[in-house]
Amino acid sequence: MSFPWLTTLLVLPLVGALVVSLLPKGSALVRPVALGTALLTLAVGIGTATQFRVGGGAGGERFQLTEVYSWIPQFGVSYALGVDGISLSMILLGLVLVPICIVAAWDDVPAVGRRQHAYFALMLALTSMMVGVFAAIDVFLFYVFFEAMLIPVYFLIGVFGGSRRARAATSFLLYSLAGGLVMLVAVIGVYLAGPRGTDGFLLSNLTGLDLSVEAGRWLFVGFFIAFAIKAPMWPVHTWLPLAAEQARPATSVLLVGVLDKVGTYGMIRFCLTLFPEASQWATPVILALALVSLFVGAFLAIGQTDMLRLISYTSISHFGFIVLGIFAFTTVSQTGATLYMVNHGFTTAGLFLVAGMLIVRRGSRDLRDFGGWQRVTPLVAGALFVSGMSGLALPGLNSFVSEFLVIVGTFGRHPWLGVISAIGVILAAVYILVMYQKVATGPRPTGPDVEDVRDMSGREKWVVAPIIAAFLVLGFYPKPVLDLLEPAVQQTLQTVGISDPAPAVDTAANHSTEGSDH
Amino acid sequence: MGGSMFVAPDINYTALLPMIIVFVGGLVGVTVEGFASRRTRYAVQVPLSVATLVLALLALVLLGRDNTGITAAGTVAVDGVALALQGLVLVLSILGLLVMSERFGGEQPDAFTQSGVSTPGSAEETLAAKVGATTTEIYPLMLMSVGGMMLFVAANDLILLFVALEVLSLPLYVLCGLARRRRLLSQEASLKYFLLGSFSSAFFLFGAVLLYGYAGSMRFSDIAAAISSNVGMDGLLVPGVLLVTVGLLFKVGAVPFHAWTPDVYQGAPTPVTGFMAACTKVAAFGAMLRVLYVAVEGARLEWQPVIAVVAALSMVVGALLAIVQTDVKRILAYSSIAHAGFILTGVVALDVAGVSSTMFYLATYGFMTIPAFAIVALVRSAGTEATLVDQWAGLGRRSPWIAASFTFLLMAFAGLPLTSGFTGKFAVFSAAVSQGWAWLAVVGVLASAVTAYIYFVLVVQMWLGDPADASGTAVVRPSWMTSFAILVGVAITLALGVMPSPVLDLAQSTAAFLR
Repeated sequence: MSFPWLTTLLVLPLVGALVVSLLPKGSALVRPVALGTALLTLAVGIGTATQFRVGGGAGGERFQLTEVYSWIPQFGVSYALGVDGISLSMILLGLVLVPICIVAAWDDVPAVGRRQHAYFALMLALTSMMVGVFAAIDVFLFYVFFEAMLIPVYFLIGVFGGSRRARAATSFLLYSLAGGLVMLVAVIGVYLAGPRGTDGFLLSNLTGLDLSVEAGRWLFVGFFIAFAIKAPMWPVHTWLPLAAEQARPATSVLLVGVLDKVGTYGMIRFCLTLFPEASQWATPVILALALVSLFVGAFLAIGQTDMLRLISYTSISHFGFIVLGIFAFTTVSQTGATLYMVNHGFTTAGLFLVAGMLIVRRGSRDLRDFGGWQRVTPLVAGALFVSGMSGLALPGLNSFVSEFLVIVGTFGRHPWLGVISAIGVILAAVYILVMYQKVATGPRPTGPDVEDVRDMSGREKWVVAPIIAAFLVLGFYPKPVLDLLEPAVQQTLQTVGISDPAPAVDTAANHSTEGSDH
Repeated sequence: MGGSMFVAPDINYTALLPMIIVFVGGLVGVTVEGFASRRTRYAVQVPLSVATLVLALLALVLLGRDNTGITAAGTVAVDGVALALQGLVLVLSILGLLVMSERFGGEQPDAFTQSGVSTPGSAEETLAAKVGATTTEIYPLMLMSVGGMMLFVAANDLILLFVALEVLSLPLYVLCGLARRRRLLSQEASLKYFLLGSFSSAFFLFGAVLLYGYAGSMRFSDIAAAISSNVGMDGLLVPGVLLVTVGLLFKVGAVPFHAWTPDVYQGAPTPVTGFMAACTKVAAFGAMLRVLYVAVEGARLEWQPVIAVVAALSMVVGALLAIVQTDVKRILAYSSIAHAGFILTGVVALDVAGVSSTMFYLATYGFMTIPAFAIVALVRSAGTEATLVDQWAGLGRRSPWIAASFTFLLMAFAGLPLTSGFTGKFAVFSAAVSQGWAWLAVVGVLASAVTAYIYFVLVVQMWLGDPADASGTAVVRPSWMTSFAILVGVAITLALGVMPSPVLDLAQSTAAFLR
C-alpha cells in the first residue's frame, strides 16, 4: 500500500481547523496556525502532484493515487478517492488559493471572543471538503462532500458577511440544497441502474452502463440541474450575486473561484461520463443556456455599480464560456474549458481580493464612490488593472489561452457558435474597462476620507504577488497544465464516444498562435 | 383453531419477559404512588422506572434472539422486527424518562404540574403548590405506555393490536395534560388528543370488524390466507384494510389525520412531547408494517397507492405548513408530520429493504427528536419555556454548546450528509425508488428542501439574531440526566451519519417477519 496522499490532503486541514478552534480565547496563534496549516497542505498537495504520472498511470487507468475502502456496504458505498488531470488541477488550484485567501482575510475579523477562531476554522474545514469533492470517485461520497461543503460556506457568509448576510446565506443554501436533493434521487437511480452490490457506487462500476434512453435522460437531468445551480448558469444564477456581494472577498474567492467549479467539474465527471447518450441529446439546450449565461452575465456586469456584484456577474459570463467549451465536445474546446476552470480561479481571486482592498479603504462597494484612485493608491489600482486584463483575456495573461482554445474548439464543431461567443470577449472588455475607468481614472479625489489612505501594505503585496505570477505563468507557459488536462479530457470524450471534427486542430500548436484579433 | 373445546394456549413467557417486566414495573410504580410519602416518591420512582426499562432491555438483548416465535395462540409474534423495535422503544424511553425526570436541582420548576386533577387557577392548585406536591404518577403512566408500545409492535392479531393501541394511548392522553405552565393549553391538547384518538380507535375497530367478517378470524395469518385464497368479498376487505390503516396513520400523524399533532405537541409538557414523538412513531409504524406486510400484503394493489398518496401529502403539507410557524414546538410538530411522510415512503416499498429502511429511519428520527425537545425544554424566559422563534435570537452567543447541538440536530432533521437524517432518508428513498416509486422520492427530496428552509430560519435566529432582541431568554443549566440524554442523542445522530453500517446490518438482519 502506498502513502495515502489524498486522505492526508483531506485530513490535514480538518486537523488544523480543530486545532484552531481549540486555541484559547484571544490567542494570537489563530491566524499563524491557520496559515501554517494551509501552507503545509499546499506542500503536501505539491507532493501529491509529483506522484501523479502525467499522461496516465502505469496501467493506463483513469484515476491515480486511488484509495478504496468499503464504507457503507449495505448501500454500496465506498470511501474511494482518486484523481485524474482535471481533478488534480482543481485541487491544486484550491490549495494555492486557500493560503492566499487566509492572508487576504488576515484582518477581516477582530480577535474578539472566538469569532476569529470560527472564521479560520471554517475556512480550513472548507478546504478539506474541497479536496474531498474533487477527489471522490464514488458517486455517493461525492454527494456527501457536495452537500457537506455547503455548511461551512453557509456560516462563512451568514456569520461574517455584510448587512444582508442572513438572506444571502439562506438563499445560497436553499438553492444548493434543492439542486443537491434532486441530484440525490438521480444518485439513487444510477446506483439501481448499475451492478449494485457492496461497491456499486464506484464511478468505475457506473461508467458505461447500458441504460435505457429514457432512464439515462432523466438521471442526466437530475445531475445537471444540481450542477447548473452550482456553476451557476442562467436562469438559476440569482443566488450568486447576492452571496458574493454579502460574503467577505476571501470567502467569495473560495466560493466562486473553487467551489462553483464543482458544477462544471461535475458536468464533465458525472453528466458526460455516466450518461453519454443523454449528454448529446441535451447538448443543443445546454449550448443555448451557456450562450445566454455568457451574454446575460456580461450585460448585467456592464450595468452594475456594486463592485462585488459586477465581479460575480463576470463569473456567470465566464461560466457560460466554460460550459460552452465542455458541450462543444472537441478535445480543444474541452481542454480550453478545463484550463479556463483553473484560470478563472486565479482571475476571480485577483478581482475579488483587490476589490476587497479598495472597499476596505473607501468603505463602500459602489463604483460611483470611487474615481481617480490610481492617484490615491497606485499599486492597488494597478493590481486591479492587471486582474481586469486577465478577466478580459488579454493575450499574454492566463485567460487568453483558455478562452482562445474554447472559441477555436467550438468553432471546429459549430462555427456560428464560435463566432457569437467571440462577441462575449468584446463585452468582457467593456465591463472590465468601465469598472477600471470608474474606479481608477479621473482627477485625484479630495476630501478627508482619502487623505490618509495608504497604498498596498506588505501583507497585501503577498496576496497579489502570487496571483499575478499565476496570470503570467499560465499565460506564457500553460503547457504543463495542458499536458495534465488533455489526457483526462480525451478519456472523457472517448467515454462519450465523440471524436473531433475533421480537420483536427493540434492543441500544442495553438497556444503559440498569437495572431487572433482580440 | 375454532375447535369446540377450549384449549389453554401455549405461551412462551420468556419471549414475553421484556413486556412483562415493564408492565410489572408500572404496577409497582402505581403501588409506590399509593404508599410512599410525597417526599420520597420521586426518589423511588425515578430509579424504579429506569431499572425497569434497563432490566427489560437486558432481558430483550439476552433472551430475545433465542426465543423468537409466534406464541400465545398466534396472537403475539416475537420476531426480528418486533425485537428490534421493542429494543428501540426501550432505549428511546430510557432517554425520554431521563429528560422527564429533570428537576434542575430544584432551582427551576420542572415540566409537570403539581396537581393535575385540580382546575387551573383554583384554590386546590394553590394548596397543592403550597404543600409541595409533585406529579410522580407520570412514571407508572409512562411505563404502561411503553408496555403498550412493545405489545403493539408484536401484536399478530387485530384484537390484541387494539388492546395494545389503547394501552399505549390512554396514559399518553393523561401525560399530555400535565404541563405546569399554560395548563389550559395543555388540557386542551389532552382533550383534543383523546377525542380524536377515540375517533381513530373507532375507525380502527370498525375496520377490524370488517376484516373479521372477511376472513372469519382476527389473526394476521388467517387474514393473509383468506386473501390469498381469494374468497371474493372485496367489499369487506378493502374498506377493512383502509379503516385499520386510518387508525394507524392517525397515531403516526400522517396527513390527512394530522390535525391533532401541532396542538398536542405544543400543549403537552415538552419532555412528554419528545417521548411521544419518538416512541409512538416507532410503535405505530411497527404495527403498520406488520399489518400491511403480514396480514394484508396480498391486497397491496388496494392499499399501496393510498399509502403512497398519504406519504406524498404528509411530506408536502408537513413541509409547507412548517414554514409559516413561529413556535419551535409547532415547527417540530409539522416536521414530524413531514417525517411521517418520509417513513411512509419506506413502507410503500413493500420488500425487505422497505422494512429495514423504515426501522432504520425510526431509529434516526427517535434519537434526534428526544434531544431536540429536551433542548427546547431548557430554553426559558421568566420561568416559562421560550418556544417562540423570536425568543431564540442570539442563542448561539449565549449558550454556544446548546445552540450548536440544536443546530446539528436541525441539520439531521433536514437530512444533510454526515448526520443520521441523511442516512435514513437515503435508505427510505432508495427502497422506494428500487420498487418503482421514483416520483415519491422526488416529492420527498423537494419537501426536504422546503423543510430545510424553516430549520435554517431557526439556525439563522440562533446564530445571526441579535441577543438583545430576546433579552429575557436564558438557557437553564440541566442536570446530568438531560445532559446525558442530549449527548447520547447527538452522538448517535452523528454516528449513524458517519458509520451507519452496524445499525444498518442490524436492521437488515432483523427485517424478516414471522408469518
